[in-house]
Amino acid sequence: MRSLIVMVVGLTLLLLSQQAAADQREFETAAQQQLYYELINELRCPKCQNQTIADSDAPLAKDLRDRSYDMVMAGQSKQQVIDFMVARYGDFVHYQPPMQWSTSILWLAPLLAIGLGIVVITLMVRSQKQQPVTLSAQEQARLKQLQQGADDDS
Amino acid sequence: MSKTTRLLVLFIPLALFLGMTLFLLRGLFSDPTELSSALVGKSVPAFELPDIYDTDTMHTEAVLQGQPMLLNVWATWCPTCRAEHEYLNKLAAEGVPIIGLNYKDDSREKAVNWLNTLGDPYQLNLYDELGKVALEFGVYGAPETFIIDAQGHVVYRHVGDVNERVWEAKLGPLFECLQQGAQPCEV
Repeated sequence: MRSLIVMVVGLTLLLLSQQAAADQREFETAAQQQLYYELINELRCPKCQNQTIADSDAPLAKDLRDRSYDMVMAGQSKQQVIDFMVARYGDFVHYQPPMQWSTSILWLAPLLAIGLGIVVITLMVRSQKQQPVTLSAQEQARLKQLQQGADDDS
Repeated sequence: MSKTTRLLVLFIPLALFLGMTLFLLRGLFSDPTELSSALVGKSVPAFELPDIYDTDTMHTEAVLQGQPMLLNVWATWCPTCRAEHEYLNKLAAEGVPIIGLNYKDDSREKAVNWLNTLGDPYQLNLYDELGKVALEFGVYGAPETFIIDAQGHVVYRHVGDVNERVWEAKLGPLFECLQQGAQPCEV
């Protein structure tokens, strides 16, 4: 049991130290640090698709991290860094797509789905209301029987 | 609801399913790595890089102007660059001007050695040791080949090797169109 605890603690420390070593950078202010981590988690690696440049080990992702770091340290704003990357790698490089005609479905599709749902529910409720309930003679008798049964119980 | 509308409503899920199937099926055959370059239609970025043979000689973006040409991004660590090299030699022999951008190679010696042994199809070679200029071009791997017009605008970016099939189908006609000076040229 004791060796297990030692092993778990050891592995955790190893992982932490490796993570720190992979991306050890020095910042002058906390704001710069926050901006840098925001950027690398929002920029997408063009080479290794579906990973952010923070996640990816590809050399290109490292180059983009380096460039983001340099730009942040040079006092550039978040938008300036993103514009720089988009100008070179296209909208693909940013995980938050711009509102355009070709991307409008991303915003419209959920609204359409909700609208469709409302229409379907309204139609279903209406069709239920419009059908008058008519019971056959047999059903009437059964209903009466049930009601009487209920009365007897109380 | 009448019987026909009822039937139509019943078929809605099937229609949706078929539409979805077609959409996803198309996705199976599309190549997500084929990203269009953000630079198409724009001027080549400004840069200053040393020549691969002689690091004291510096080249600027001016070398990419004056006539239509290819800018080929390559490195010795890239197997596909090796595969396309023969074809680049052939194109150069046919008189197509090609400028090389050596992208983050293992060492300059290795790259020079490659050119000496396999032949040098390039008019000149830019030595981009850190990949900073490649980043300006939006390069995300090697090989990549840019077609640049006489005014120094990026007209097209091809990802992957240049071979006979690609040249005959896309790059060649576009390049000839640019050489004739007829505007606009499209792929």
